[in-house]
Amino acid sequence: MSDEDLIPTKQFCESHNLEITFISSLQQYGMIQTTSIEEVSYISIEQLPRVEKIVRLYTELGINIEGIDAIEHLLDRVEAMQNEILHLKNQLKMHEGS
Amino acid sequence: MEYIDYYKILGIAKDASQEDIKKAYRKLARQFHPDLNPNNKDAHKKFQQINEANEVLSDPESRKKYDQYGKDWKHAKQFEQARQSAGRQSERDQSGNWQGFDEGDFDENGFSDFFRSMFGGRESTGGRQAKFRGHDVHAELNLQLTDVYQTHQQTFTINGKNIRITIPAGVEDGQKIKLKGHGEPGINGGPAGDLYITFNITNNTKFRRAGNDLYATADIDLYTALLGGETTLDTLSGKIKLKVNPETQNGTKTRIKGKGFPVYKKEGEFGDLYVTYNVQLPKNLTEKQKELLRELSKS
Repeated sequence: MSDEDLIPTKQFCESHNLEITFISSLQQYGMIQTTSIEEVSYISIEQLPRVEKIVRLYTELGINIEGIDAIEHLLDRVEAMQNEILHLKNQLKMHEGS
Repeated sequence: MEYIDYYKILGIAKDASQEDIKKAYRKLARQFHPDLNPNNKDAHKKFQQINEANEVLSDPESRKKYDQYGKDWKHAKQFEQARQSAGRQSERDQSGNWQGFDEGDFDENGFSDFFRSMFGGRESTGGRQAKFRGHDVHAELNLQLTDVYQTHQQTFTINGKNIRITIPAGVEDGQKIKLKGHGEPGINGGPAGDLYITFNITNNTKFRRAGNDLYATADIDLYTALLGGETTLDTLSGKIKLKVNPETQNGTKTRIKGKGFPVYKKEGEFGDLYVTYNVQLPKNLTEKQKELLRELSKS
């Protein structure tokens, strides 16, 4: 990963009016991964949409980190179930056609 | 344009306290927040309505004006003129195109025409910046079955932007993937929406696909079916030799493990290939062959 793909955690927190400990907590909960280069913490651009979504849920809806973690798991399950429904629908369509 | 009852939207009484407004807003926002309702346009619209209602009612000054003029919206124009004559900035839409929530969309800032008519630009509400997430964009990508046999990268253009995506092997027909932040840009610094790509996969092979498994038919001649032997079959990963057992019946099905379709996002894992034998009877028999067969039929 090149340096261009990394955003300093401090800069991210300043632009979102967040305490840097918030990002540390997310990392401790295993919800995101930060990269350290020469003792400076960075967030990868790849993870940015996810981190921003967590920040939105935290700041806009007042959901705490444990709650966001639970929501993320449930949304993943919803997505997996939607994919499974699609798969089953395709199978049904195929059997109906045969 | 129709009058918009912000109290009704938040489900609160006209004399609701600021605490009641905050509570109602938070409850509804949790229900309709776009992040919690991915790919749900109705929820997105509802969220904008809730935000607008909160924007007005949570600000005592805006709420007072809304209570005073909002109900009789026809006076909004005079109200606006009075505001302008008082030297205040306004970005009201002068077109007179009145639309309510039911029929109209929101402006680029996520506010209804009713809101803009009452309060001008959103900056007039005390400078609070309501950030809205950009709209999600939906696109379709047509692929052939052989295209999704291997993970590959593909570049396509959407809304004038070139986007390069990795298409994992094993994607199903109709499957949708989400590219976070590749939708329309956010409003007032809000995050961009997501891009949803639906894969339309046409089968350009002789195989029938069912999930990760593939189904095919292999023709074998009568003598191989009776006496056993080998036959060659083209698969998506090259030719394979199949051992045919003696006395194989027409329609016999055999499973070849790991020669099916790749399992989505599980590198190195494949489904199975099911082959049904189709025994071909010989044609244009010679007299000698017919005689031998007659002998055989007597035994």
